[in-house]
Amino acid sequence: MRTLSYTEALRAALSDELNRDDSIFLLGEDIGLYGGAFGITRGLLDKFGPERVIDTPISEASFVGTAIGAALSGSRPVVEIMFMDFITLAVDQLVNQAAKLRYIFGRQAKCPLVLRTPAGGGRSYGPTHSQDLTAWFVHTPGLKVVAPSTPADAFGLLKAAIRDNNPIIFIEHKMLYGLRGPVPSASAKLPEIGKARIAVSGTDITVVAWSWMALEAEIAARELDHVGVSVEVIDLRTLSPMDTGTIVKSVKKTGRLLVVDEGCRTCGISAEIGFRICEHAFEYLVAPIHRLTSPDSPIPASPLMEQAMIPNRSTIADEILDVLDE
Amino acid sequence: MPKKKNLLDWYRTMLVIRYFEEKVEKLFSRGLITGTAHPCIGQEAIAVGACSALRKKDYVTSNHRGHGHFIACGGDPSRMMAELFGKATGYSGGRGGSQLMADYSLGFIGGNGITGGSIPIATGVALSSKLKKTSRVTICFFGDGASNQGTFHESLNMAGLWNLPVVFICENNMYAMSNHVSNSTTVPDIAIRAKSYGIKSKIVDGNDILAVQSVVSEACTHARSLKGPTLIECKTYRLSGHSRGDQRTYRTRDEERKYWQKDPVKRFHKTLMKENILTPEINKRTKKEARQIISDAVKFARTSKDPNLATIGKGVFA
Repeated sequence: MRTLSYTEALRAALSDELNRDDSIFLLGEDIGLYGGAFGITRGLLDKFGPERVIDTPISEASFVGTAIGAALSGSRPVVEIMFMDFITLAVDQLVNQAAKLRYIFGRQAKCPLVLRTPAGGGRSYGPTHSQDLTAWFVHTPGLKVVAPSTPADAFGLLKAAIRDNNPIIFIEHKMLYGLRGPVPSASAKLPEIGKARIAVSGTDITVVAWSWMALEAEIAARELDHVGVSVEVIDLRTLSPMDTGTIVKSVKKTGRLLVVDEGCRTCGISAEIGFRICEHAFEYLVAPIHRLTSPDSPIPASPLMEQAMIPNRSTIADEILDVLDE
Repeated sequence: MPKKKNLLDWYRTMLVIRYFEEKVEKLFSRGLITGTAHPCIGQEAIAVGACSALRKKDYVTSNHRGHGHFIACGGDPSRMMAELFGKATGYSGGRGGSQLMADYSLGFIGGNGITGGSIPIATGVALSSKLKKTSRVTICFFGDGASNQGTFHESLNMAGLWNLPVVFICENNMYAMSNHVSNSTTVPDIAIRAKSYGIKSKIVDGNDILAVQSVVSEACTHARSLKGPTLIECKTYRLSGHSRGDQRTYRTRDEERKYWQKDPVKRFHKTLMKENILTPEINKRTKKEARQIISDAVKFARTSKDPNLATIGKGVFA
């Protein structure tokens, strides 16, 4: 298996897919000559030309809508929104158009659209360049939401997303772009959208996380392993549809659950996961469900303030020990 | 002058649209259908004139006031009516209602419940056509209200920038719900806005079907040969209220009477009589046929099955 960074894995997936299927094209701000704000599409303009890698004006609502129109008429667009915060400008097109077309118009309407965007904090970009708005889209029937945490999943799930016939919000993370790891070959079987991954196996407690938080949880779990705490980390990978079965199975084994969500607390994904466990595995719980999230606050630019509010490996480890003390 | 057969077909389609909308208003007032609908009475010449300029494989996107567009594209009034009745046989099986019907086999990509929502979608359909090197044209219908949405400006800019085969048709019916265009829009003609985006524009009398047909044909030819998009402003008047329940307190009955004098259906009738294409007999027969289509549609809708409640939540994903 080759070793690639998360960025290189995404680029390799885009490149493979552009080679495989002529109906795929990329659309977004500064994705051509500049190679994308985070360099994901670097080199792809040279390789595939301006009809496959299309730079757009700063018009998020309309270039997302344009991608929807293209998808409905036989193309397979992959859109980049430079920061997830900017997705707010395109929410009408995503929520009122893309998400509903199939349901309303039936089989004649096919909207194979992938919208890639980096979410989250960690780089002190401030309140409008650091948000994790994942929960909004999990709350929207008709959209699939994918958020890989490893280079292997960035590669495999992006390819799977591009081949899917539904609109997909593909959430990347700025803090993962430099992460290196093994990546399967282009011909390997693709991971399935909607299936979680057991990142670490354990018996004392289940920790559910995704994206950057899955990496932090995994590191916390490995540290706690040295002191004899056996943590099972589930990397959800897909938030919608959610792999409830894998979480339930794990909680039935461990009897304890901690959910780690970088997004803010109220009506967050952590609440949804906690309640699903109440519905499906309540009698197996030996301790109250805990959750670690960002507070209900805009994200400050100051690196000190930002660090203090987003969960990390050390606060996750502390919280795990708190659950075990209950 | 187009062929006699075409002219009579267009006249008949205009009548079908008019009768459809009148029937819908009646059905609402009698409480036989619920929800909402936005009649296009007074704007039939635009729908029929524009769609008659299209080729079979071309595309159309519509808006909330889209019954006329759909019928002009070949939509089946019976399945449309069934959709308004919320029946399983409706175009969207009762999921969409008045504003959300589509038939992709006719190139009709769908109505839209969000003002300006279909403008970028039409732009994307045109982008697809261009990338696939087909010669398909997309017509995008919207109103004066939508021309104040960001999507109008963003999409015209992109369509101009990329030279896309799309024809933007703004039906300026003078009112965005209750708001008169002079109270919402800085420019006297919406067509002026095309200039900002480097695309051609044309103003046409939207109540004159032959003028609309000719201007849209020219714009389609231009678009088809990838010479660029056109913004066509059709000056018209919404003879009915915005939607069900609109008391029209924002305008006078005098004003409405003035515009009823310019009724596009009557006007086309007059032209066809003058040109000896229509005779009183043919007119009578055509009207009867059109009325029959609508009464058949209502009958079909009323006798159709209700949607199966077990399908709620089904088919959200492909």
